[in-house]
Amino acid sequence: MSIDQSTAAKVAKLARIKVEDDALPALAEEFNNILGFIEQLNEVDVDGVEPMTSVTPQRLKRREDVVTDGDQQPKVLKNAPDAREGFFAVPKVVE
Amino acid sequence: MSDLNKLGLAEARDLQRKGETTSVELTESCLKAIDAADALNAFVHKTPEIALERAKAADARIKGGDAPAMCGLPIGVKDLFCTKGVDSQAASRILEGFKPEYESTVSQQLQDAGAVMLGKLNMDEFAMGSSNETSVYGNAVSPWRRDGSEAELTPGGSSGGSASAVAADLCLAATGTDTGGSIRQPAAFTGTVGIKPTYGRCSRWGVVAFASSLDQAGPMTKSVRDASIMLEAMCGHDAKDSTSAELAVPNFEAMLTGDIKGKKIGIPKEYRMDGMPGEIEQLWADGAAMLKDAGAEIVDISLPHTKYALPAYYVIAPAEASSNLARYDGVRYGHRATLDAGDGITEMYEKTRAEGFGPEVQRRVMVGTYVLSAGFYDAYYNRARRVRTLIKKDFEDVFAAGIDAILTPATPSAAFGLGEMTEADPVQMYLNDVFTVTVNLAGLPGISVPAGLDKQGLPLGLQLIGKPWEEGDLLNTAYALENAAGFVAKPGQWW
Repeated sequence: MSIDQSTAAKVAKLARIKVEDDALPALAEEFNNILGFIEQLNEVDVDGVEPMTSVTPQRLKRREDVVTDGDQQPKVLKNAPDAREGFFAVPKVVE
Repeated sequence: MSDLNKLGLAEARDLQRKGETTSVELTESCLKAIDAADALNAFVHKTPEIALERAKAADARIKGGDAPAMCGLPIGVKDLFCTKGVDSQAASRILEGFKPEYESTVSQQLQDAGAVMLGKLNMDEFAMGSSNETSVYGNAVSPWRRDGSEAELTPGGSSGGSASAVAADLCLAATGTDTGGSIRQPAAFTGTVGIKPTYGRCSRWGVVAFASSLDQAGPMTKSVRDASIMLEAMCGHDAKDSTSAELAVPNFEAMLTGDIKGKKIGIPKEYRMDGMPGEIEQLWADGAAMLKDAGAEIVDISLPHTKYALPAYYVIAPAEASSNLARYDGVRYGHRATLDAGDGITEMYEKTRAEGFGPEVQRRVMVGTYVLSAGFYDAYYNRARRVRTLIKKDFEDVFAAGIDAILTPATPSAAFGLGEMTEADPVQMYLNDVFTVTVNLAGLPGISVPAGLDKQGLPLGLQLIGKPWEEGDLLNTAYALENAAGFVAKPGQWW
């Protein structure tokens, strides 16, 4: 599987990272190097092998679906780049 | 008493309790050493006020006869741990200025055990790297140099600042984290001890996430005894981490008897890599001979899927990273790009992440995004998770056959020079993790013990891998190896 510039651009878009057009060829080449390395996995016979979901044999713990924390608005907003009137502020989303 | 910063945790603890020194004295000695070591770029946020305040409190507790395990012992904390009110930015520009309103469980437990935080330590950005060269703070530098050379060497990564600080005696010990070898490789490069416990031993809560199914915290120390003291303080169940194990934490230090008679130590043939330097091969053989002399039985074993661990890791870790790092969007914390007129929210995300993430982090996030994207999920991500199952089974099979621990080299070489790998392709750098990454994929405990010097005078480490949850037994085997190897070399002070 070889990655071309348009695929690299698509991946950058999906990852929400701005990549300038002139950086795309080098990026595509890096992807191809890394994916070439990963291709070795195709040598392994994985028929009938379950994909690992948890490395320890424990099941995720469950609890009652109740509120256990909250009322910390100032703390939650403390590190925001732009907080106004108790909200996170962002550029206009809806026209 | 001079040079208190050169003590280990156990020695300092014992001197304090005998009344021969105080936490304030220990802390001041470390703070002085830190201020004189800016050339190492290990401490990137210094917190002397917090340190002295906690040291005074610790001295009061010791005087009152109420001294917990780490009372008054000054340590460094990797920048990956969120520490309340103190910069915690995972060595990334995207978390510039971030001061958490909370404390990570591990650093809180250390604080509760009386430890004194001296400051935050350099690392690779988001723990992605093996040389501490991807940090927004610039490179951390090893205190070690090759004989007759002034070239700056890497302390390893990602916990490079932790390794450098411990090796240079800027602190008594430090926290690290390990996703693919980030505690054990820097420990090996700097002649220090580093243990990654079983997955689930240390809470991940409040530790900036890289690859959640692989990340574990652990101590980086000057001796195996110190590692056992600090690991015990860091471990334990935490309801805030759903993968935290509900298991009692033993007194690890009490398990250090040095007696390993009858233990079966496996030597995996697949770790004998093509092109491995003769010195590493020799060190490994010497280590096996030392354990044999101590009464252990050396057994040749096979871990057949070893070769596929690194490629599986470089699917799974980036995939998890791309998901974890989606949270850095310029909205809730950290850096937000300056926007042009007319830019909408998508431009805000894209510009913020392009400015905030360094090249290696961008690369891994994008590789992760690709392997999780529609059409490739099965071919890459699910296949890698199947291979991971097989890697874990390799270990289960040898442990079921009676092996108690596995001995391997910690790294394929001694520390390399900063900048020496800049032109290499990323895969070359990834090979640093070839002996350590299997342990993360299988969720096992692993420890790196300094075992010798190479012909250029640089430290080399051996790795011991243990059974799940049996850190105590693993530490004891490491203790026997440490005693036999008798590694005492220290870097000459040039900084």
